[in-house]
Amino acid sequence: MSIRQRDVLGQDSDQAPEARQSMYQSYALGLDPYQTREPKPAYQTYVAEEDPYQADECRRGPYQPHEQGYGLYQSGYSPYDDQIPDPKSRTLAIQNAKAYLLKSSTTSGLNLYDHLANMLTKILDEQPTNAVDIIENISKDVKRAQFQKKMDTLRDEHEILPTFEAAEKRKALFLKANGEEDEELEEEIGETPLPNVMETAFYFEQAGIGLSKDESYHIFLALKKLIDVQPIQTCRFWGKILGLEMNYIIAEVQYHEGEEEEETEEEEVIEEVGKGMDEVEDEDEEKEKEDERPKSTYKPPPVIPKEENGTGANKYVYFVCNEPGKPWVKLPPVTPAQIVCARKIKKFFTGRLDAPVVSFPPFPGNEANYLRAQIARISAGTQISPIGFYQFAEEEGDEEEEGGGGRDTYEENPDFQPLSVAEMVDSLSTWVHHVQSILKQGRCVWLNPFQKSEEEEEDEDEEEEKAEEPDELQQETGPPLLTPLSEDEGIQNIPAWTAQPSTNLIPQHAVAVLQSNRWPGAYAFASGKKFDNIYFGWGHKYSPENHTPALPPPVQAEYPSEPEITETRDPTLEEELAFKAAKEAALAAAEEEEDEEDEEEDEEEDD
Amino acid sequence: MVVQAEQLKGRFQGDPSFEYEYTEINAEDAERLIEDGKEPMIKEEARLVATIEQIDRAVGIIPRGAFVKTPLGSVHENRNFEGLSLTDAKKLSSYFHFTEPVNLKSKTLLEKADLDPSTDFLDSLEHDIPQGSWTVQLEKGGTVVVLRSLLWLGLTFYHVPMTKQYGYIYFGSGEKNLDLPFMM
Repeated sequence: MSIRQRDVLGQDSDQAPEARQSMYQSYALGLDPYQTREPKPAYQTYVAEEDPYQADECRRGPYQPHEQGYGLYQSGYSPYDDQIPDPKSRTLAIQNAKAYLLKSSTTSGLNLYDHLANMLTKILDEQPTNAVDIIENISKDVKRAQFQKKMDTLRDEHEILPTFEAAEKRKALFLKANGEEDEELEEEIGETPLPNVMETAFYFEQAGIGLSKDESYHIFLALKKLIDVQPIQTCRFWGKILGLEMNYIIAEVQYHEGEEEEETEEEEVIEEVGKGMDEVEDEDEEKEKEDERPKSTYKPPPVIPKEENGTGANKYVYFVCNEPGKPWVKLPPVTPAQIVCARKIKKFFTGRLDAPVVSFPPFPGNEANYLRAQIARISAGTQISPIGFYQFAEEEGDEEEEGGGGRDTYEENPDFQPLSVAEMVDSLSTWVHHVQSILKQGRCVWLNPFQKSEEEEEDEDEEEEKAEEPDELQQETGPPLLTPLSEDEGIQNIPAWTAQPSTNLIPQHAVAVLQSNRWPGAYAFASGKKFDNIYFGWGHKYSPENHTPALPPPVQAEYPSEPEITETRDPTLEEELAFKAAKEAALAAAEEEEDEEDEEEDEEEDD
Repeated sequence: MVVQAEQLKGRFQGDPSFEYEYTEINAEDAERLIEDGKEPMIKEEARLVATIEQIDRAVGIIPRGAFVKTPLGSVHENRNFEGLSLTDAKKLSSYFHFTEPVNLKSKTLLEKADLDPSTDFLDSLEHDIPQGSWTVQLEKGGTVVVLRSLLWLGLTFYHVPMTKQYGYIYFGSGEKNLDLPFMM
């Protein structure tokens, strides 16, 4: 038997040295490090003589590792423990089988014995459920693992995971500003414009609305950074608008009075440049007077000026960022033209503020302006508060001067008595809008664009036209500030708002929650003296009908139709003859009259 | 039922037994139904079921490799699915619609040669019409990839790369976004 064994081993030695390597490689390189610690399954001890690792194994049972019968039976498990296994044919068969298993493959150099050993080790190590179903995959994985070299001359570059980079960006949020922190802490704790984002998030969470806790906290910290940098009086987390590539996180802010003068300087610069351009154009026109082309009679509709910063649609300043941790960007103030155009188009936001908005009618501005316009519309339509929380400041006499413009300022009511949650949910008249609504013109306060003619140059023609037009423009009015929600129009048969308590089961801790149906994504809650509004959505109004883009305007007439230019049919022969006859008759009649007059004059002279 | 419910427009009422009047929508069908002896109306629960089916069929997605097809034709979950790699997770082609494939047969032979029949037996997202009706974003510092559908606003799919976690959910008003081509 030993001769056969040696033959078997001799066969192995004839093959390429790698084959022999493979038998021991798995043990030498520690790919199967479990061998030294696991209870030894039976097959491991088959490789008898030359295995150096067997020295570590405990020698159980009466057989030494080098003996042929060792390992055939685990000690204590077999009834024949104290007997040497006898049948030579059986051992011979076993050895043949083992030799077959140890035969290395001609193509890959692996042998089945090792492969099975590795596979079973892995299975016993990982203990997956229903291993029999995934045995082929495990086999494939084990084979694949053979190809991974442990010692590679090229070292892998230390991979910077994107999570690491993202964490670095957010690290700045968590650092305290250096320097004067300790001294100012006492002052700040009293009144800080920082909103309590986590508290608001908690109340909205009762209704199932909101962002995840860590995102809310990051936003909280980002708002704190914003307040540290800018001179801000009040600040509020307005909401989040989703975009295609990135999202927008929006903060609504009011500056301290007197802090906003930087922007007006920029606008004056632009106006001066415009005037310079006009002068150049005049010179060109003089040269062209030789060939007079027909002048266009098209007068573009007058540009409606935007509202002052701090009033109307521009009452608040908005800052946006794509992610907490990125720098806050200030959005420009909104102009009425932008609001009017934004009402006609419906576009997704891409997430980049400088992206162009390609639409018809063409939007005057880029995505930053479109975003600002949508924010203005959403604020005007959905920012609500419980009735009584805000009241008008007590000043009389203002209404007459403005020509019916209405009040636009409010203050907090110190005597506010909160209503119960049930009352807030039952009827919509317990809520009021505290942001002015935007008129059709695009402003909150109506302005007649033709009244401001003192500064502009006037021709006589224009004066006459202006006298006619103001009659056509009707003053637009909208619902005044602090109107209750019950006045809101629904869309078709859908009410404008849906009110629900956050829970029906525990009414004593319920929160009143309102969802807007006109602007899906706008929510408001009220609980006792606390209330807030928020927006999470794509930034579009709800319309049950499909969006129909505006049709292009009809083609303008090239020239006014005057009788000189209009074509008429040539007169027929009969008409010409008739016309000639009539003319002759008229001539004859005229001659007769002249004769008569001459006769009369002669008679008079005679007299 | 799906075809009938597709014609209903507007928000859901919230009451499953609410009856929509079918006569407003399609007078001819209503007359036919009356002749058959049935009343022309659809309940909101039918509309709800039809909408769920529509959403699942149109935008229900899975990552590539999550399900395998055996040679016998049956499809089952891949127990060995380890998740997509980070680079794969950002590509639309690594996600499939979880319904009967429509586009597979029209692929050229060259494309078919690259497919692995055990995992690539469904339609991928990159050939969706209109193109760009999915947004792919990385959230939470790049650990979660979130896909949002623009056709059914409110359908959100998430997947944590290199793990087995994925899933989709719908929060919305249950209406298809037919303005999508204008909004892109």
